[in-house]
Formats: sequence, structure tokens, C-alpha cells
Amino acid sequence: MLSRRDFLKSMGATAALGTVPGFANAAGNGARGHVVVIGGGYGGATAAKYLRMWSQGSVEVTLIERNASFVSCPISNLVIGGLKQIEDITVSYANLQSKWGVKLVTDEVTAIDADKRTVTTAKNGSIAYDRLVMSPGISFIPGAIEGLDGNEELVPHAWKAGPQTALLRKRLEDMPDGGVFAMHIPRAPFRCPPGPYERACLVANYLRQSKPKSKVLVLDANGEIQSKKGLFTKAFEGYGELLEYVPNSTLRAVDARTRTAELEFDTIEADVLNVLPPMRAGEIAIQAGLPLINDRWVDVDWLTLEAKGVAGVHVLGDALFPAPAMPKSGHMANQHGKLAAAAILNLLQGMAPNPTPVVMNTCYSFVDGKNVIHVASVHQFDAASGKPMPVDGAGGLSPSANELEAKAALAWAKNIWADMLA
Amino acid sequence: MNLRNAIVVVGLAGVALSAQAQDPNLARNLAATCANCHGTNGNSLGGMETLAGESQKKLLQKLDDFRTGEKPATIMHQIVKGYTPEQLDLITAWFAAQEAEGDEQDAE
Ligand SMILES: Cc1cc2nc3c(=O)[nH]c(=O)nc-3n(C[C@H](O)[C@H](O)[C@H](O)COP(=O)(O)OP(=O)(O)OC[C@H]3O[C@@H](n4cnc5c(N)ncnc54)[C@H](O)[C@@H]3O)c2cc1C
Repeated sequence: MLSRRDFLKSMGATAALGTVPGFANAAGNGARGHVVVIGGGYGGATAAKYLRMWSQGSVEVTLIERNASFVSCPISNLVIGGLKQIEDITVSYANLQSKWGVKLVTDEVTAIDADKRTVTTAKNGSIAYDRLVMSPGISFIPGAIEGLDGNEELVPHAWKAGPQTALLRKRLEDMPDGGVFAMHIPRAPFRCPPGPYERACLVANYLRQSKPKSKVLVLDANGEIQSKKGLFTKAFEGYGELLEYVPNSTLRAVDARTRTAELEFDTIEADVLNVLPPMRAGEIAIQAGLPLINDRWVDVDWLTLEAKGVAGVHVLGDALFPAPAMPKSGHMANQHGKLAAAAILNLLQGMAPNPTPVVMNTCYSFVDGKNVIHVASVHQFDAASGKPMPVDGAGGLSPSANELEAKAALAWAKNIWADMLA
Repeated sequence: MNLRNAIVVVGLAGVALSAQAQDPNLARNLAATCANCHGTNGNSLGGMETLAGESQKKLLQKLDDFRTGEKPATIMHQIVKGYTPEQLDLITAWFAAQEAEGDEQDAE
């Protein structure tokens, strides 16, 4: 069990409370306690940093993340398309500890006990918390597609960035000219609504330049493109014969060895098969028995992001059941991180959470190496429904794909990675 | 903490604060919704405008120009319409009261 004293000791001299650079006020803001954060992705890393920054270091934060460094899903489609390298989307967690005094634990959380307020880890035993933040991202629903489970080497998803991203890139490089790249998109909701269509474009962009006799087959379980439909339709048209979009293509089974996709009415043999499996909240949220909607996503209270009926457990990011028109995006997970950090600091001081929170979203998608399209929205808390609701007349889409927004998209990535991790 | 400044500025601007008990960190929280793109506390790493330390008047003018279409934008004309004028007052006052990290380095 990690006690407060162990925690302080482990922070070492440089990061002892009050001497962490950036904290003008050594006494902090009055909030006291230990917050454990599970998952150092878009939601969790943001929450960890903002809890330390806004409490002026008075709240102790332990971040438990299984991976040694952060690898971003946003921009990972550019790695798959050969326009960026995996190093370009990899960021160290070191600043969270050295600059902000977050205690980093590289480990897997295997269980939580919401009554005793402890989490169990694979290697570091059990850790006590006053409040828990969980931003575990998504997991793939086991058994949803026959033949798929356990075969992610043969049939990569690359829907969690890291080795899977590099693997899918390698498969694409090894594919012969004239080959078929088939990707499957599950029924919505899934992580990053525009993400699959961006990937289709960037794979087609690569093949057009390097293997022009090849084909991109986009097998969508949905009846239509799920985000920026008009803009992606136009982009797809620009790839001509090279890219074929097939709606209402529900995947029943795969033969991983032969890379065969069995659809409801068709069977397709691909040279590279990229299946995005049906998704739900990260394993730990399911395993912890948090309240789920549709058996998939965690039901939260929108003023605190606490799981309904589970005191002290705040759930962020892709894992939660979204409010109306709220996408599962890294941008939104970062906003959840700040909303939760503010609420937790109030609650630790015995204050009510902010009654009027606002969150907003922007998602940029590359349609080729140079041109980008966006979707944006602003969501204001609506007391009547108890949910953040999209503001009518705000937000929207790019009028058309353009080069200016490619610069914005890369600047977005640089700034949001810093907002989480620097 | 610059909340007091924020409230004074808002008061001077003649904006009525809501009768509902307002969170003491509302300005900070609202400004944080801009940080994904504009950097933590409004200190951008480049490619987006730094908001920290900009005069409130200038920031409000820019936002208004985005809203009316006076200033062309790729995305800000859509985002600005999602915030109320009171919220934009709080946000701009808060950023105006931040120190620009770049300036600090320049001064060294
Ligand atoms: C190809 C692609 C492109 C995308 N493009 C964009 C984009 O352009 N813009 C955008 O805003 N969003 C984009 N997204 C979506 C974005 O990646 C997600 O919405 C975002 O990552 C969600 O954040 P999160 O914190 O919920 O989960 P994640 O960022 O996935 O973080 C979860 C973390 O928790 C860790 N974890 C989980 N369980 C445990 C455990 N038990 N113990 C320890 N650690 C654990 C994981 O290792 C992971 O690091 C894209 C996604 C994909 C796949």
C-alpha cells in the first residue's frame, strides 16, 4: 500500500510539494487528498496535470499507465500512410513527474475496490485513493467477430496507437502493387467518428503514389459515412477507382490466416485486412462493474463525471456514454480531464462542482498529404437535461478540404500533447 | 490567481453576472477549454495564437470580428458562437491576466 509518506518520499527532493517549478503558492489551493488516475491517454494525462497545476501541488496525484510512453492515435493515420514516423507521435511521460510532480507508475491496474477506495496493480500491489479518475479508453468486445480474437497480428486494428500502428504500416509496405487493402468499420458509436474515413484516404494516398494498381475497400457496417459525410464523399471520389466505399457491410467472421472477410452477403479476400472491432469501454471499467449503458459505455454524472452511483470514481474520455452529439475524440477526452479536475478539486474542499461547465471539440482529418477538413462543436451544460448540449448555430465543418487546415491540424497536435504532457 | 481581476474587469464592462452561485474558478475553467489548441494557460507552442498576456480589449475585438465574419477564419468563427458574451468576457480577462511565457524568456 502506497501511503502518503511513501508518496512524498518517492517524489524525491526535486519534486517535493511546493518546490515543483510553476507552483508559486507552496500552500496550494486548499484541496488536499490523493487522486489516482488510471490511464495516461488524452483524458487521464490531462486530468493528472491539471489536478497538480490547479491545486498548486497540494493534491497528490498518482498516474498508473501500462505503457512506458504516450503514443498518439491522432496523427497515427499519417504514420500508416507513410507521411510520419512512429517517433513523431510518441511523447515521454517524464514532464508529468519532473515538472508537475505527478507520481508515475508504469503498471497495469487489475482491479478496483470502490468501497475501500483502493486499486490493485499487477506489480505495485494495492494503492489507496481519495478519488479515482479512470480514462482507460476503449476495449474490443470479445467474440463479436468470429475468428478475430487473438489474431491482431494477422488482422491488425491499429485502433490503439503503438506497435499496431507500426504493424499496419509494415503490412501496407509489404503489399504488392495490385493488392487489396480492405478495412472494416463497426457500427457506431466507435472511437473517433472521422478516423476510419481519414485512414481510408491516407492509405489510398499512399497507394496512388507507390502502388497505383492497388485497391482500398472500405467496408462500413453503417449505412453511411459517420462524420463529415459530404467532405469525405468528395475526397473518396477524388481517389476514383482506387477507393471503393461499401456501406451496410456487416462483418460476420474473418479467416485471419487467409485474410478473408465474411460479410453478410459477400466474401472478400484481402492482401491487408484491417478490422476495427466493435468497441466498448476499457476492460477495467467493465471489470469494475461500473454502470453501463447498452452494456458498453459508462453512465456518468455530467457535473463531476462520476460514474452514476459509484462515489469517488470519475470516468473520462472514450469510455463514457457520450452526451448528445459528443464525439469520442482525444480533444473531448482532454476537455473531460479538465472538467473532472475542476470538479474533484472542489469536492476535496467540500464545495459543489461548477454548475455551468462547458466543453468543446475540434477534430481535423487529413484527406491526403496536404489537405485537411475539420468538424467543431461547443457543448454547454443544460440543467434541465443534466447534460452538456451542443450549442445551436455554433461549430460546423470546413467548407472544403484545404491546405491551411493541414498546418492547423499539426499545430493542434503539438499543442494538445503539450497541454497533456508538457 | 487572477479571478478577482477578472471579476473587476467584467464588472467594469457592465456585464451582469448570473444570480446563480457561480463557481469561484469559472473563468479559469472556461479558459481551459481553449488550451487544447492555444496551449496551457494560453501559451501556444506555435501554429496557434498565444492568448496569455494579450490585452482583453484586443482579444474581445478579435472574437467579435470572428463572430461577424470581419476577420476570416478556418474554425474560430464557428467556435466563438458557442460561448456567451459573458463567458467570452471571463475568458479574455483571464488570459489577459496570464503571463506570456515567451515574453518572459525574451526578457531574460
Ligand atoms: C486512427 C485514429 C485517429 C484519431 N484521430 C483523432 C483526432 O484527429 N482528433 C481527436 O481528437 N481524436 C482522434 N482520435 C480519437 C482519440 O484517440 C481518442 O478519442 C482518445 O485517445 C480518447 O482518450 P482516452 O483517454 O479515453 O483513451 P486513451 O487515449 O486511449 O488512453 C487510455 C490509456 O489508458 C491506458 N490503460 C487502459 N487500461 C489500463 C489499465 N487497466 N492499467 C493501466 N493503464 C491502462 C492505456 O494504455 C491508454 O494509454 C483518433 C483515434 C484513432 C484510433
